Order: sequence, then C-alpha cells, then structure tokens
Amino acid sequence: MALILNEEQQSLKDIAQDFLDKNAPISHFREIRDSDNKTGYSKELWKKIADLGWAGILVSEDYGGFNFGMMGMGGILEETGKNLTPSPLFSTAVLGASLLSMAGNETQKNKYLPALVSGDLTTAFALEEGNHHAPTKISTTSNKKGNDFVIDGKKNFVIDGHSADLIIVAARTSGNQDDTDGISLFCVDSENKNLKIVKQSMVDSRNVSEIHFDKVVVSEEDLLGDLNNAYPVIQNVLDIATVAISAEMLGNASKAFEITLNYLKERKQFGVLIGSFQALKHRAAEMYSELELTKSTVISAMNAIDEQSNDIARLSSLSKFKACETSHLVSNESVQMHGGVGVTDEYDVGLFLKRSRVAEQIFGNAEYHVDRYANLSEY
Amino acid sequence: MSDLNAFREETRDWLEDNCPPEMRKPGDVCWGGRNPQFSHPDQEIWLNKMGEKGWTCPTWPSKYGGGGLTKEEGKILQEEMAAIGARMPLGSFGIWMLGPALLEFATEDQKKEHLPEIVKGKIWWCQGYSEPGSGSDLASLSTKAIENGDNYIINGQKIWTSYADRADKIFCLVRTGPQEPKHDGISFLLIDMDQPGVTTRPITLISGKSPFCETFFDEAKAPKKDLVGGLNKGWTVAKRLLEHERTMISNMGLAGGGDGSGSKKMSGLAKVSKKYVGEDKNKKIANSGLRAKVAKHEMNSRAFGLTLQRIGEETKVGAPSPAAAMSKYYGTEHNKLRYEIMLEAMGSKALGWEGEGFTPEELAITRDWLRTKANSIEGGTSEVQLNVISKRVLGLPD
Repeated sequence: MALILNEEQQSLKDIAQDFLDKNAPISHFREIRDSDNKTGYSKELWKKIADLGWAGILVSEDYGGFNFGMMGMGGILEETGKNLTPSPLFSTAVLGASLLSMAGNETQKNKYLPALVSGDLTTAFALEEGNHHAPTKISTTSNKKGNDFVIDGKKNFVIDGHSADLIIVAARTSGNQDDTDGISLFCVDSENKNLKIVKQSMVDSRNVSEIHFDKVVVSEEDLLGDLNNAYPVIQNVLDIATVAISAEMLGNASKAFEITLNYLKERKQFGVLIGSFQALKHRAAEMYSELELTKSTVISAMNAIDEQSNDIARLSSLSKFKACETSHLVSNESVQMHGGVGVTDEYDVGLFLKRSRVAEQIFGNAEYHVDRYANLSEY
Repeated sequence: MSDLNAFREETRDWLEDNCPPEMRKPGDVCWGGRNPQFSHPDQEIWLNKMGEKGWTCPTWPSKYGGGGLTKEEGKILQEEMAAIGARMPLGSFGIWMLGPALLEFATEDQKKEHLPEIVKGKIWWCQGYSEPGSGSDLASLSTKAIENGDNYIINGQKIWTSYADRADKIFCLVRTGPQEPKHDGISFLLIDMDQPGVTTRPITLISGKSPFCETFFDEAKAPKKDLVGGLNKGWTVAKRLLEHERTMISNMGLAGGGDGSGSKKMSGLAKVSKKYVGEDKNKKIANSGLRAKVAKHEMNSRAFGLTLQRIGEETKVGAPSPAAAMSKYYGTEHNKLRYEIMLEAMGSKALGWEGEGFTPEELAITRDWLRTKANSIEGGTSEVQLNVISKRVLGLPD
C-alpha cells in the first residue's frame, strides 16, 4: 500500500495549491459570502477549474475524463479545504461523476459525463431526509405511472442543490423506510417546474438546499441504474464521497493549525511570546499528532479506492472519523488560542470553525462512522 | 523490481530450509549475552543461523556483520518471516539503541569491535542514563568518570537500568567535564559490568516484578578507547540514541493492538469485551458505551499503525524519524488506554493479584495493565515528548 503521493499526484497537488493561492484565496471566499451572488460560487472560477481538468479526474477517458484517481482528487480537495474555496467540485466532480459513472447506462453516461467534465453541467445528490446522515431512511417515493415515474417527497441538506443543472435523487420504489432494498436513483432536470428548491443559509456560508418534489414526473429513461437496487451503488459512492470530504477537512484542519501556530510565534503577552507557554505548547503538540494520524488515514483510504481494495468501507469510515475528531479539536483550539481576535469575523480562524462543523455532518459524523466501523468489524 | 522478486524467492527458500519448526510458533525472544539462556534448543540454532547471515540486523553494513540489505530487501525479509510466523531470532538494546548510535558516531575500531558482537548476540547491553536526581532533566546527571592513565574511574549511581542484573556491558552517560553548562560536560562511555566496582539491585514495580535495576559504580574502570563520540560530546550521541529508543517503545505500543494492515480478524479488545460483557441479539458487544470505546480505540490503533508505516516510507533506512517523539507519545498513551478499556470490559476479573479465582491470562492482564503505567514515563515522559515536538517539530519558542 502506497502511503505517499507519487510524483504525478504530488505535482497535481502543487499545481492546485498554486492555482488556488492566486485565484481563490480565503479573501475570495469572503467576497462571495459578502456579495449578493445567488449561485454561491464564482462561475468564472468554476470555468477555470474545469479548464484545468479537475471536473474529469474521476471520469473515464471514454467520456472525456482523465481517470486520474482518488489520490489525485483528494490532493486537490485538501487544497480547497485550506482555502475554503466555494465551488461545485465536490457535488459535481465527486458525487455526480461517481453516481453517473457507476449507475448510468451508456446513453446516460454519453449524455451527461462529457458535459460534466467540460464544466457545463453541474449536479447535486438529493439523499438525506432527516437531521442526521441516514442513507436508508428514505420516504420520498417514486411511483410508476405508464412509462413515467412520479416523485413525491422532501429532501434536505442537498449540497449545491439550488445551483445544480441536474438533481440525482434517491427515492423509494418499493419497501419501507429503513429497508436497503427498494431504493432507486432518478435524474431530474433542475428546471422541472414541480420542483421547489430552497437555498438555505448555513453557518459556513456555503451551499445547501431543501428540495420539495411535488408530483415531479420523469421518464423511464431517467431511472439511473437498477430499479429497487440502488443501495449498493449509493454505498460505493458514499465511500468515495466520505473520503473526499475527509480530504477537504484535513486541509481545513491543517490550515487552521498553521495559522494558529504562526500566531503563537508572534503574539506577545507578559512580555514573552505566548508560544513559549507550556500550557499551549503541549496542546499544539497534541494537535500535530492528531493531524499526522488523520493524514495517514485519508491517504490510505484514497489509495484503497484507487486499488479497489476489499476494505474500502472500513478505511472510508476510519478517515471520516479521524477527520471529524481532528478538525473538531483543531478548530476549537484555534479559536481559543487566538483569544479575543479568534471570535472576530475579521480573523480567519472562525471561518474554519464554521466550515468544520458543516463538513462533519456531511455523510455522517464521527459517531456514525464509529458505529459503522464496529458493524463492519462484526462487533 | 525483478531483482526484488528474486530476493524474495531466495529469502523464502532460505527461511524454509533454515527456520526450525519450534521457531515458527509464538514464544519468548532470546536476548543472547555471554551466558545465553535458550528456552528451547531450536532457539540457539535459529540465533546462530540468522546471526551468521547478519539477519538479526538486516540493514546494517555487512563489513560489521550485518545483513547489508537495502530498506526494500529488509522489508521483504520481515514480510517473509511474518508469512511463516518466524520468531525474531534476537532482541536487544544493542540492536535497537546502541548499534544505530555506534554506526553514526563511533570510530572504525569501535564499530569493528562492538557491532559484530551485537549482530551475533554475544553481548547483552543495558542502558545507563537516568539517575536518582536526574529523571526528565537528564543532562543534570552527576555520575563521574575521571581520567587515570589509560582508564576512566567511574563513581556514581544509575537507576531504571533495565536488565542490569543480567547484562554484560552498559552504555552509560557520565560526567567528564564541568557540571555547568550541564550539556557540555557529558561523555558516552561503554563499561563492562563484570567487575568488582559495579553492583546492581532490582527494583520492584507496582506490577510486581520488573526488569528494572539500580546500578552502582564504586571505583569502576573503563578503558579510554571505549569512549564514543569524543570527550564531553556525549550529549549529541545520547539524544540520537533516545530517538531510537522512542521509536522502539512506540512500536511496542502496537504489539497487542491493531495495526495498519487492515486484517478483518476481530481485535483482542473486541473479543475480550464480547467474552466478559456478552453480545446482544445482533451480535454486538452488549454494552453500547463500551462498544464505542472499543471501536474508537481500534480505529486509532489502525490510524497509528498506518502512520508508522507512512513515516517508514518517508524516512531513509536507519535514520531516526523526526516524528519519533510523536510516535513515542501517542503509542504509549494509546497502549495505556487499551489496558484501561480491557479492565473496564473484564470487571473484577481483571483486578486479581494472584491465586484462586482467576485464570493465568486474567492475572497477566492485571500485571500488564500496571506495567503500562511506566510506558509513558520510561524513555522520556509524555510531557517531555510533547516538549520535544513543540520545539523540534513545531519550532515554538523556549
């Protein structure tokens, strides 16, 4: 198992760092947040990102992609985490690309993937319905009517739901809530007039929506994958997405730690640098240790996905568990160690705290993944 | 790549031909020495075969008796030994601590004299660092070595000298210069334990027996040629050796826990919990609070194992890693927690001291739990490791 990036992967990560420093530093995030931009991200930036090929990293060459793998994608997401970059990279290039690649038929893949790679099509995955991640808890229904399906229900916490061109929704076509059988995926055009999409204002100022499906009619051709049997695909996609968000969180925590460490080396109180206080030094050293562990779990999970290991599920849960724990710890400590300025909007550490909490909730928090790991390990 | 494959084939064949059956089972590891003790005749055969090939120290240069293997070859040897369950042929502080320091700091003559003996397990080395008045503040040590013709005469006392009562020689920090500045008057000296001026006394720990001793020097002698790294320059050697010691101790933290390999086999903690607490109808550990603690601990074990593996990939062969302090800190704290969870799972069965009502395994766990309390003290306390990380790795000011 390779636990370090190879030359190509490292070079992609370096390019990402350089590009984001120039085009989307933290000040870019603030501009979007404080403007009346309804999209929630800069379309100009997204175009540049697509031109760099990032939207096609997980897409096969057959559909215009680059098939560069998770080690490549994770490195980029880590850099976006450091810069708090708002973009549909996660919802489109990770979630959309994986769902369409794994579940789609030839027609669907040809229809959507090349446009996704070029940056012309953005996607959102409408999965969650409750307050916590629960991929089987689906009561949104999709009923067959002639050659069509009629979808009814309500989804929440849909990342980039309000700005996406294509909504991929998980709906129940048979069975009861909590059954793993009976779930199907459908492609829904976001222009469909029976959709009501409400952008929610979240603490991290990023994009999450509530989507109401009120007799939304789609055709048989919009069924993505097998009828009633989408759950295994959803699980595979969630594993990839979980590792992807963990990579972003690793970037988030690393940057917050770096900012804080610099502050400890320049802020003086009682006539000395506060970084000389043992009470702070030891906590900084503990954060460093946790970051090192998190880094190892994220990279091993990315590697497992690329090598199609048989232990992807556990490694994915392991990476999210560590990412949640570490990002939680580091974001809290970063604010505390900054003292008064840490709770001002002017300083950046608070932004990392806010993003950290939202990212923790995406596809399962630490407790969810501890329980899942124990289940998978049969205890 | 094909060279490595060929090496793997050769190694597999050689192990198949030379590793005796008894040494393919778990059991104690031989520590060698002038009067070696073997728990089974196969142990002696195995030590001699591996010692001749230099594979007790696979990556040391062959001119000093080592195996001369590259890092990749060393890893293959390890994997092939693990594949047949081969026991380590020899364990010693010579291999894990003194040898790497000699390779870096000793003269050619010193290397030729001492390294082959370590490889073949001829000398049992112990470590003389701490003193009653110098624990975490190691550099304040006061055991004195004074020049006298071709020798040094040593007077003073060391403490926490593991296996001093069985060791043949001791690598020792002694004061050869002024007490202040304290780091500048220290030398690294090799002393033979088999002489009238050296006596030892075992220390009883809270766990009962222990390998720890006090060691007393009363007009003990050591030849001048056995001073390593230059007069009054021992602190540099000492620090580097401590890094090797930290790596050794942090690796021990994994011994009983999970690792990075991702084996699906149920962990020891989960098994113990199911045995003593029971299962619910879904075959989960019956107590959900304990189940979460077990799972978190297993996950952190795996994260730590993966981290040691990653650090291994990032560092050169034989070089101590800058993250050694982190490994020592995390590994020992994690191991202590493992035993606390074990106690919680086993209830009163883990609290027996001796005699009726407990299995030998249960009694061993009680003693091991108490022994783990020393993990985060020996080789530099957790607090010292955190100081080292914040200074050396994070660059925080004094």
